[in-house]
Amino acid sequence: MYPRAFHYHRAGSLKEAVTMLSQLGEEGKLLAGGQSLIPLMKLRFANPKHLVDLNFVPGISYIKEDKGSLRFGALTRHAEVEYSATAAKIPIIHDCAAGIADVQVRNRGTIGGSIAEADPSGDWATVLSTLDTTIRCLGRKGERTIPLSKFITDAYTTALGPEEIVSEIIVKNPPKGSGGAYLAFKRSAPVYPTASAAVQLRMEGDVCEDAAIALGCVGLTAIKASQAESALRGQKISETTMNAAAEAARAAADPQPDMRGSAEYKRMLVGALVKRAIELAIRRARGEQVEVSHLYA
Amino acid sequence: MQKNVTIDINGQPHRQAVEPRLLLVHFLREVAGLTGTHIGCETSLCGACTVLLDGRAVKSCTVLAVQADGRSVTTVEGLAQGDKLHALQEGFWEEHGLQCGFCTPGMLMCSHDLLANHPTPTSADIREAINGNVCRCTGYQNIVNAVKNASRKMAKRVSARAGAR
Ligand SMILES: Cc1cc2nc3c(=O)[nH]c(=O)nc-3n(C[C@H](O)[C@H](O)[C@H](O)COP(=O)(O)OP(=O)(O)OC[C@H]3O[C@@H](n4cnc5c(N)ncnc54)[C@H](O)[C@@H]3O)c2cc1C
Ligand code: FES
Ligand code: FES
Repeated sequence: MYPRAFHYHRAGSLKEAVTMLSQLGEEGKLLAGGQSLIPLMKLRFANPKHLVDLNFVPGISYIKEDKGSLRFGALTRHAEVEYSATAAKIPIIHDCAAGIADVQVRNRGTIGGSIAEADPSGDWATVLSTLDTTIRCLGRKGERTIPLSKFITDAYTTALGPEEIVSEIIVKNPPKGSGGAYLAFKRSAPVYPTASAAVQLRMEGDVCEDAAIALGCVGLTAIKASQAESALRGQKISETTMNAAAEAARAAADPQPDMRGSAEYKRMLVGALVKRAIELAIRRARGEQVEVSHLYA
Repeated sequence: MQKNVTIDINGQPHRQAVEPRLLLVHFLREVAGLTGTHIGCETSLCGACTVLLDGRAVKSCTVLAVQADGRSVTTVEGLAQGDKLHALQEGFWEEHGLQCGFCTPGMLMCSHDLLANHPTPTSADIREAINGNVCRCTGYQNIVNAVKNASRKMAKRVSARAGAR
């Protein structure tokens, strides 16, 4: 299976990549880890005439701690995040990186490519929308930063201009007393999840001071379940409040039936995932070390 | 349109002008003539085409040959040293870790990535590490045993070497 023929350009820097993209116009496309783009090109769903390869740009693959934030270079591979002690300081980020596909895909796929692809089932967008995340972009007119909530505008659609690229992803460290967890339900490793839930809480004793809940694979983008968040915020966490949050999450989901399951099935699933993720998030907020791994059918 | 690339495969440089759309797996099989790397699904789902790129397992059907330019690739042919099989190959032999053998090169290379990071994996670690590789024959149990066998052997050799020093 061959992609349609194309011209290949190797960028030496992010700036050069922007220049190349502006010269190539509509016909140019960036290549990062290639784990979404190359399969699409082989199936001829994507047929770019020119590829601009970022893989030879030095210094754009890193995880840095900086002024209360974590900064991820656009080309940081999922596996680098998985093995990073720095990234593990925000456990939900480790959950995400370690659960994407299989080791081969994690060794190639990048956080920048994943955010830019804006796949409705992509794990990064779901997880990072429960944290204070901004996307740094570089274009012909210079740099700008866009909050993640404004960056992904629709399925496979972002706020990026045609010659603009993602340079960095910045995640603020959650405040003290926080804990989070990400759970995805999958049929097998090398496929996208059937449904997923990311929960990030700030606890004070038994009371939930703040909550962020995002649902993956059950809408055109990750869905922020604000009613589910309100069901927890300011409340003492009990079976009743958790069930209320799960119920609100089911209502917020907008799933499509497909080969992975009916809409009703996915709705039930997402509610159950939210409840389990809340339980795990609370344990982590208390300082417990909890390993989380995705659930397989 | 063509681009010159030099890829180090199992310690040997291979230089060739290629079309940018040539996949790494085709470079390995058709340009370098190394047919140990198999093509299963061609859609990034089966792991049969797994090789090491700069030491890390990747699906060579989902990497362009031009992206491996100047880098090093290890294929199943690069595991044995002359007649001496790699500990992983011995493990698969001794534990009957294969039947038809179609998935085996990918299983070996993926297990290699695991043992490099995790010299003494549990069964759960091994299952997690090969969860992108499909085997239609063995039912996986003997593959898990084979990787364990290899990890024990490799640990013994490391401690023997340390003792000899
Ligand atoms: C078998 C398989 C299973 C998978 N399962 C999952 C899964 O369970 N969960 C999951 O989240 N993902 C999954 N993926 C996708 C994987 O995570 C991809 O790596 C990721 O979605 C895209 O990242 P990439 O670096 O490979 O990007 P590429 O494929 O190189 O690019 C994707 C798109 O983003 C653009 N792009 C790339 N980098 C930038 C940038 N810096 N700025 C602007 N635009 C850019 C490209 O032009 C392209 O349009 C799977 C992939 C495979 C092959
Ligand atoms: S042939 Fe590459 S993953 Fe199946
Ligand atoms: S041994 Fe036949 S596919 Fe694995």
